[in-house]
Amino acid sequence: MLVLTLLSGRVGEVDLAKLWTGLPRFASYFYDILPRLRSETFIADLSEWFWNLDGWLALLLDTLLVAYVGTLAGAMAGFVLCFLASANLTRSAGVRFAARRALEFCRTVPEIVFALMFVYAFGFGPLPGVLAIAIHTAGALGKQFAEVVENVDMNPVEGMVASGANYGETIRFGVVPQVLSNFVSYSLLRFEINVRGATVLGFVGAGGIGKELISAIRQFYYADVSAILLIVIATVFLIDWLTELLRHRLLSLESGG
Amino acid sequence: MLRLDGVVKSFGNKRAVDGVSLDVPDGQLVGVIGRSGAGKSTLLRLINRLSDPTAGRIHCDDVEITALRGRALRHWRARCAMIFQQFNLAGRLDVLTNVMMGRLNHVGTVSALLKLWSENDRAIALSALDQFDMAAMAAQRADTLSGGQQQRVAIARALVQEPDLILADEPIASLDPRNTKIVMDALLRINKHFGITVVCNLHSLDTARAYCDRLVGMAQGRIVFDGAPENLTDVVARELYGLDAGEVMDTAGTALPADGRYRPSLAIA
Repeated sequence: MLVLTLLSGRVGEVDLAKLWTGLPRFASYFYDILPRLRSETFIADLSEWFWNLDGWLALLLDTLLVAYVGTLAGAMAGFVLCFLASANLTRSAGVRFAARRALEFCRTVPEIVFALMFVYAFGFGPLPGVLAIAIHTAGALGKQFAEVVENVDMNPVEGMVASGANYGETIRFGVVPQVLSNFVSYSLLRFEINVRGATVLGFVGAGGIGKELISAIRQFYYADVSAILLIVIATVFLIDWLTELLRHRLLSLESGG
Repeated sequence: MLRLDGVVKSFGNKRAVDGVSLDVPDGQLVGVIGRSGAGKSTLLRLINRLSDPTAGRIHCDDVEITALRGRALRHWRARCAMIFQQFNLAGRLDVLTNVMMGRLNHVGTVSALLKLWSENDRAIALSALDQFDMAAMAAQRADTLSGGQQQRVAIARALVQEPDLILADEPIASLDPRNTKIVMDALLRINKHFGITVVCNLHSLDTARAYCDRLVGMAQGRIVFDGAPENLTDVVARELYGLDAGEVMDTAGTALPADGRYRPSLAIA
């Protein structure tokens, strides 16, 4: 095990000496981006640090909306595909194969690649971001949904089929009641992930706060970098906390009857 | 009239149902008996087309059931309602919605998906529940009910399908003696009052003898007895069940119909 680890480090060009010499530079970058805050003019310094707070918040809202719309659209697509990809609901091996490969494709191509392609096609703005996130989310959630669906109790499904229900009705009444809370929980988790993802997508011009962050980094506006990072981190914390709250609420509803 | 003609179902090398031919005239209450693994459940699933036969044909009147597909197949399934040992209700849905599932074939898909039931359909479902004293529980989640109550909901669901035929697959195997009697009385009432053909898999021989017009005995996928209950002698029963014979003939799970003779006492659906 140890040998393998060392070997893979060697092949992957993990250079400890480089890491050692690079660390101080990493630390000094953090030092550089720290704002100059003096105790005698604290308020003025603070407002200078966050000089563009309104503009950034507006951009952050863009990012949040990109993540939200992308998650919603992706979850809907994943919802449709997951049933087709489930071995217990879809008898036709061909349909199942197609659905699974489609989900894999959506999931394995990185969002940023889709974003670059869509920026090329549709130009700068939130649309490429939404599309990129929706596609990736469809793949990731569709896979998780399918796993949930494959674990449902099949007795109600059989009961539905035996009384003459069609495919849609069987899923609506035999499967969805069993899986809905899990689906919502996974979607909320994915939304959280997508807020971070949407920030990065902004780097390539797919809308939101990311564009502002990357230009601040490139142009060495050190204080701006730290200000924007702080805002993003605070937002992610907030969303983390809110979705966690919601998910627990959901789960306790579930077990409570 | 339901007609099975040389029906075979194989799982790998094993023949679960091995060349079964059987005529069931309308309005009969047929008990299918035999030990576990004799192919009783597989037989009923073939009739409902939950599984497809390896060989042979099933006809209902002039329709070849084994050739049905798509919408026609779903229509057939609605005509032959099925009742299961494990009830097979949607546990997280309320009782009324579960019964409405039996109406799906009479409702458009879109309104069904949106749960837009008509007043008429609701009334039918409630009256079916009421016949089995379950109307008061219409709003409860199905998985909060006891086994006997769930089976009564399942029977109500079967009834609102307005079926020509009800297939009951070991409907009482998970129930206590009191509920066994309630459920068997319900099936008997459906058969005698509405004239719906009932084919019922039973493990308990005494229950089968007490309720059924006709018994069909199965062993190793074949029919080994077919006749009136009184013709099923202890000798035949012993052949059918082998060493289990003693167990099925005096079990606690036996139920007898009220007063020996059935008296209709039922409001219409």
